[in-house]
Amino acid sequence: MNLWVLMLVCGLLTFAIRYSFIAAEGHYQPPAWFRHLLPFVPIAALTALTAPELLLMQGELVLGGSNQRLWAGLAAIVVAAVWRNTLLTIGSGFLALFLLQRLGA
Amino acid sequence: MKQKQAFYLGLRSVMPLLLGVAPFGVIYGVVALQSGIPPLAAMAMSSIVFAGSAQFLLAQLVGSGAPLLLSAGAVGLVNLRHALYSASVAPMLAHLPRRWKMLLAYLLTDEAYAAAIPHLLVDAPESRSSHAHWILFGSGFGLWAGWQVATLAGVLIGAQLPADLGLDFALPLTFIAIVVPMIASRALLAAALAAGATAVVLAALPYKVGLFIAALAGLAVGAAMTRKAA
Repeated sequence: MNLWVLMLVCGLLTFAIRYSFIAAEGHYQPPAWFRHLLPFVPIAALTALTAPELLLMQGELVLGGSNQRLWAGLAAIVVAAVWRNTLLTIGSGFLALFLLQRLGA
Repeated sequence: MKQKQAFYLGLRSVMPLLLGVAPFGVIYGVVALQSGIPPLAAMAMSSIVFAGSAQFLLAQLVGSGAPLLLSAGAVGLVNLRHALYSASVAPMLAHLPRRWKMLLAYLLTDEAYAAAIPHLLVDAPESRSSHAHWILFGSGFGLWAGWQVATLAGVLIGAQLPADLGLDFALPLTFIAIVVPMIASRALLAAALAAGATAVVLAALPYKVGLFIAALAGLAVGAAMTRKAA
């Protein structure tokens, strides 16, 4: 019973966070500086999610050759910058990781 | 663009992310059962809470018998960054009826937002003829369905599934594919570098608070750069 209450509270809370600005839109006048921040949301939030995945191994910063995901990720970044193609980027990242693992083994 | 096309565009865009999300869903199902959560409740949590990392945390907190308020507070902190997505899409959804807004808010996860946002920015935002909501619904629904199936697999088949195939690498790779082509100015590049560096430095902070602070740092640096240029 307690578990279901907890899930409901957490579900409502999560929904409230996601609904917050969507619900408030039109009912308040956000300051100009706030609107200036919004174009940076996708890049800032998604890079924040991605960078630790590439740079950290078990919470430690690893920049050397043993961090295969970092180098595979960098290869994917180059491919994404040049070709701007989603599947090509993902495919080359996985291919780079596979080759690095083969080389390392 | 027609509604159906917009829906399928969103659905297609989220597919590569499903590759990375599915193993997490399976592992969540396994972790939830190990924490003593009954199968039905473990499944229901994927619909009621519907937030990957928050569900992992919640399963662990339930397993360790943490008090309700502390658990809910932790889940709130983990999901704080979703408020940024809410602010980001709010102007595009302003003209919609409330039921649409609530549905899209419920479906607004990292992956659904990431998959949809490049298309939303192209598809004439803030106009009534926009199909932004159908794109977002397509990516949100795709992720939701995939998450339910993956959770079910974890609950039913459990630890027998080889979860560690390295498929989770699809998540950062897809984010790279989404973010890199969007970096069209020095301010956007600076925002990315600031957010990435801050996230790495603050990665050890509990409840993923570092991610939220890192995103804010990226916003601040980006806005400061444009102000200087203007």
